[in-house]
Amino acid sequence: MKIDKWIKENTFHHSAFEDLDKLVKEKEKQNLKISLCIPTLNEEKTIGKEIVLFNSELMTRYPLLDEIAVIDSGSIDNTLEVARSFGADTYLASDILPNLDNKKGKGENLWKAIYQLKGDIIVYIDADIKNIHPRFVYGLLAPLIYNKKTKYVKAFYDRPLAFSEGIRPSGGGRVTEILIRPLFSLFFPELSAIIQPLSGEYAVRREVLEKLSFPIGYGVETAHLLDIYREYGMDAFAQTDLDQRVHRNQETMSLGKMSFGILQTFLHRMKSYGMMTDIPELSTILRQFQAHDDVFESIEQEIVEEERPPMITIPEYLKKRGNK
Amino acid sequence: MKDKMFEILKSIPDMEKKLREIRDVLLTNLVMLGEIPSPTFQEQSRMNFLVHRFNQYNLLNCSTDEIGNGLGILPGKSGDRNILLVAHMDSEYDDKADHTISIQPNSVTGPGVADNALGLAVIASLPYILEKLNIELNSNLILMGSARSLGAGNLEGIRFFLDNTDINISTGLSVEGVRLGRLSNSAIGMARCEVHYWVPEGYDWTQFGAVGSIVTLNEFINRILEIPIPTRPATSIVFSSIESGRGYSKVSTEAELKFEIQSESEEMVEQLLQQINSIAIEIATKTAARVVVKELSRRKPGGIDFSHPLVTNARKIMEAMDIKPRITPSMSELSAFIDAGIPALTIGISSLETASKTAESVKIDPMYKGLAQLISLLVAIDKGYCDEN
Repeated sequence: MKIDKWIKENTFHHSAFEDLDKLVKEKEKQNLKISLCIPTLNEEKTIGKEIVLFNSELMTRYPLLDEIAVIDSGSIDNTLEVARSFGADTYLASDILPNLDNKKGKGENLWKAIYQLKGDIIVYIDADIKNIHPRFVYGLLAPLIYNKKTKYVKAFYDRPLAFSEGIRPSGGGRVTEILIRPLFSLFFPELSAIIQPLSGEYAVRREVLEKLSFPIGYGVETAHLLDIYREYGMDAFAQTDLDQRVHRNQETMSLGKMSFGILQTFLHRMKSYGMMTDIPELSTILRQFQAHDDVFESIEQEIVEEERPPMITIPEYLKKRGNK
Repeated sequence: MKDKMFEILKSIPDMEKKLREIRDVLLTNLVMLGEIPSPTFQEQSRMNFLVHRFNQYNLLNCSTDEIGNGLGILPGKSGDRNILLVAHMDSEYDDKADHTISIQPNSVTGPGVADNALGLAVIASLPYILEKLNIELNSNLILMGSARSLGAGNLEGIRFFLDNTDINISTGLSVEGVRLGRLSNSAIGMARCEVHYWVPEGYDWTQFGAVGSIVTLNEFINRILEIPIPTRPATSIVFSSIESGRGYSKVSTEAELKFEIQSESEEMVEQLLQQINSIAIEIATKTAARVVVKELSRRKPGGIDFSHPLVTNARKIMEAMDIKPRITPSMSELSAFIDAGIPALTIGISSLETASKTAESVKIDPMYKGLAQLISLLVAIDKGYCDEN
């Protein structure tokens, strides 16, 4: 079966790439520049460690990264001060491309990184990883460096809480297993081979990133997978097992919001691909409930999945990149 | 006549400045070593990482031994003498504890950060640091992470190495994460013990004294407190931990006390241990409880004189850096050096910000002083300034 073949050929374990001398030599041979982008919002507790580790191991000892940048959505804690004190380049998302209208969301930071950073490859790592390790970066970069056909490498995490022998669940999160994988299985069966489609850690070639439109909210990862799959097929993807990722657990209500945003993105994509033509105008109000004693209270929230156009359509970007 | 230490002391401020540039390397090793759980007798993963680091720095003889120590040798220009730098790899936190370490601009926090991930990180970083400072020693520097140091480990790792190595060690330095200013040149005598009381299952609760193991243990403690403790030789009994009970409605049937007898006199340690043994048995007999007194480890007192050049030069270095020396007897790896007749010191690297049951917090800024002090002392040892005439 095609999916099994793809998994066999494009799924890696980070330990296969531990030889950082070899990886750096290959990077230098190809004359690649690599940027690390850490999108943040109130991450003062974990950001310091990420920067120290990546700076020391992947810039000083092994020059795999050419820059480490924190792009912040407007933290009210000391995220940027901490990041700066450990030597990261820090940016407020709103200061990048200031002529554009201001939007807030993780996708906005990721999109603006394409403009601000200089790498031929950008690797995105979330800032809330408690057990951060250099493998989070080199595990994602290596498949791109060693295989020019690979354009996008996604992280997944093996999280066996307990298992007996041989078979165990692949460890996707709740939204992945309840929403994304069923949707992919229905409409894009090959994409269900991506073990953790929503993981916030991935590395992408600039030539691909600059052509993607970016939902600024919850749908950014899903949109990337759909658009890249449609443009390049499964051969553009690889995925790397980074073992364990310890991070904050989200409450079910938050996962509801996330699912609502992702569904909007998914359905808009289905419409634009011509795969669903009769979709009515979608509501942007999510209704959730909470109980106070015997009284159920409705909580309404507007969640609009706005999108940024492909960076390659932004005149400032074309000017900065010399119309490459 | 100019003090031969003059050049070394003069170079300290500049060295301290340069050491700020290697901050991230030290902190990274601290995090990567400290996040690997390493309870006593289970140090292998931490040791593997340490030896991997030694390999990356192309040290010689990167290896482990049958006890699980991690070793590497940074060869000196002449190799005429061998200096052993050791930090224990084991920690008091078990492998179920959350070992996440966090870094803030002024401090590093996590379980075992101070004792002794920081000391070990210094050992792991030293080859890189010396290279960056352009310091090439004449002596061979043997870097060691010692296994089975704490508690029931009883310094087994360092003792095994010193008992079995063919290398002639001229000087030993034991590196502890905290505190900066620590200067231990002597070890006190010590016996570390556990007392365990069991009250029999079929106990008749109407009998005299039938109040369970907690009260029995309490009686035992009260009796120990009645023992007259001499001020000379300086002696003390430290009650370290106590464990008993399963809930409100159940009379406790088991109780355990951990304690240490510490004294400048080996005879006093022995005498007190015998007295405590007798008390334990007497109380058990009276209450029909069963008792086991287990001696976990024993250290002999000893060390080098306060006037030994290793101590006086260490003090000169500290004083030149405005570090107030805290002269305290040690029960760490130093004891093993003393038993082996090797001149040695224990020194600390940084200051403790906070310490709780789940985590310790060490300050970053004092680390540069701590490193400069260690490296200056190494240079002094290397030049033979710390040799006894």
